[in-house]
Amino acid sequence: MTTTGLLVMLLSVGTVVTMFSWCIYKVLTTPNEADHLHAVELHTPDMDQPE
Amino acid sequence: MSNKQEAWGSRLGVIMAVAGSAVGLGNFLRFPGLAAQYGGGAFMIAYAISFLIIGLPIGWAEWAMGRYAGSLGYNSAPGAFACIVRSRWAKFAGIIGVIVPVVIYMYYVIIEAWCIGYAVNFWTGGMDLHDARDTMGYFASFVGADADASAMGFSLHKTLPWLLAVFVFNFWLIYRGLSGGIEKMCNFGMPMLIILALVVLVRVMTLGAPDVARPHDSVYNGLGYMWNPSKVMVEKATPTTEDKAREVVGAAAIVEAEKEVAASNGTLVMRTISPWRQLANPSLWLAAAGQIFFSLSVGFGVIIVYASYMKPKDDVVLSGLTASSANEFCEVALGGLITIPAAVAFLGVAGIAGQAGVGLGFKVLPLVFSKMPAGAFFGGAFFFMLFLAAVTSSISMLQPGIAFVEEVLNVGRKASVAILGMLTTFGTGFVLYFTADLKALDTLDFWVGTFLIFLLATIQIIVFGWVWGIDRGFKEMNHGATFPVPAFFRPIIKWICPGFLLTIFAMWLLKEIFGFDLATGKAGAISGYVTDLVGSKSSIAAQLSIVLVAGIFVFFGLMTARSKAYKRAEQGLPKTEN
Repeated sequence: MTTTGLLVMLLSVGTVVTMFSWCIYKVLTTPNEADHLHAVELHTPDMDQPE
Repeated sequence: MSNKQEAWGSRLGVIMAVAGSAVGLGNFLRFPGLAAQYGGGAFMIAYAISFLIIGLPIGWAEWAMGRYAGSLGYNSAPGAFACIVRSRWAKFAGIIGVIVPVVIYMYYVIIEAWCIGYAVNFWTGGMDLHDARDTMGYFASFVGADADASAMGFSLHKTLPWLLAVFVFNFWLIYRGLSGGIEKMCNFGMPMLIILALVVLVRVMTLGAPDVARPHDSVYNGLGYMWNPSKVMVEKATPTTEDKAREVVGAAAIVEAEKEVAASNGTLVMRTISPWRQLANPSLWLAAAGQIFFSLSVGFGVIIVYASYMKPKDDVVLSGLTASSANEFCEVALGGLITIPAAVAFLGVAGIAGQAGVGLGFKVLPLVFSKMPAGAFFGGAFFFMLFLAAVTSSISMLQPGIAFVEEVLNVGRKASVAILGMLTTFGTGFVLYFTADLKALDTLDFWVGTFLIFLLATIQIIVFGWVWGIDRGFKEMNHGATFPVPAFFRPIIKWICPGFLLTIFAMWLLKEIFGFDLATGKAGAISGYVTDLVGSKSSIAAQLSIVLVAGIFVFFGLMTARSKAYKRAEQGLPKTEN
């Protein structure tokens, strides 16, 4: 691996690790944030509607 | 347990849920295959740029548009497009947001079946593989790559029985509304997958050069292949169309190659390809952008549907960023560092060049596990966790189709699931039959999993930035957010992102469809994905794949045209009068 390759790798991996860590920190330290954070949640409201 | 501890536990649970929903087969299987196909380092530069200027902003835009559509009662991409653009034609563009996840489901579920098949075979001792020839032969036989219909045997070492089990399992979960259960399972499974991936990563990094007779085939050179921006190639001085350049990685290998060139009396030459030269290839940009979209589920039609179920005060900015960063962590820091270095260590740089696609992980990772203590256990566990990640992704791919059918036909969920079940059974059966060289899977993955996603993402960002307008869009996006989207994303969303996407698209059309070499200005080679469809080298499997997609488009188009719900959407009215 060349020095430039090593730099590209460290920069890329460092960026994604920092970004994910910052998001975890933000969710853990912001009051009530967990209530307003959503993802692709598999249980959708149409599952609860009567047929 | 104190209230504070419980609060932290629940917050970590939410983070795990977000991370679990973001992780899928794209991270560990599709991404390394593409990085290998496009030469590693330069691909990573295009990939990083694509993430920052198109992946993140389009993701946020999609979350915001979906939440707005949901506030009016629309839960499908055609409904969202209709109520935002307010034109009778917009809903037809939105159909792409239904076709993409439904068609991708048709082949994604097959890869899911490979995962569970590999996991069980590892645990039951059916994966006694010792070298690259073993793993490649096993994979070809398992997936039926040698001939059409050859994956359809009833053997534990063929795709068919696993596919039947996985297909029934997926539809049973969504038909019974039990997918919340698998989601909870993933809250434990995803941290396990990340821990296992870290264990595998440590093993890969300590592999060195597994074959002492081939010292250049090492993990260190694998890292070089993946991350070096410049490429050193050896090729014939006057190459024919059949001759391909050979990449050389590592100082010792380059010295050897220099000697080989010197002794060749001028028949061989060595040249260095700069990253700029590689980045002039529009296919590389299309693939990098396509992978960002595929992996983040942006331009996929999935986020817009799930965002429509969010409440007005929910935080789309941090939700989008957390999902994206969790996904990128798994993709770049784990998937990228495991598969490619291991592939170079076991197959060599020359071997990896011809091994693109999702199959790369299936051919390489069993070799890594064979070099680990308790490899059968770890191999089984790793592929089982991948299977779990894939189940959540595949179920989420069905929801856009389910919501669409519910909306246009005004039917309940079970009727909608039944209709979609019939459609996807036909499509998956088609992909399972045409397995020679995985032609149907590869064709659908390119034209739907890359091209249509790219198209939908481009339409979405133009709708957000130009039809809705930046001020309105940012207001919607920042509503309920802990922190606002930084202002520098305004010009990115308005100008840079659409300009970037349209430029790549125009360059790709010139190079791959019209065969115009942008570097030399002369006629060049047309893309294999195009020659598969027309001309003397065409493939019936590829052609029928496109017919399948076109047929689904017409079917969904007719349903959309007759929908009463979308007539209200076109006027900006809520779906129901209440």
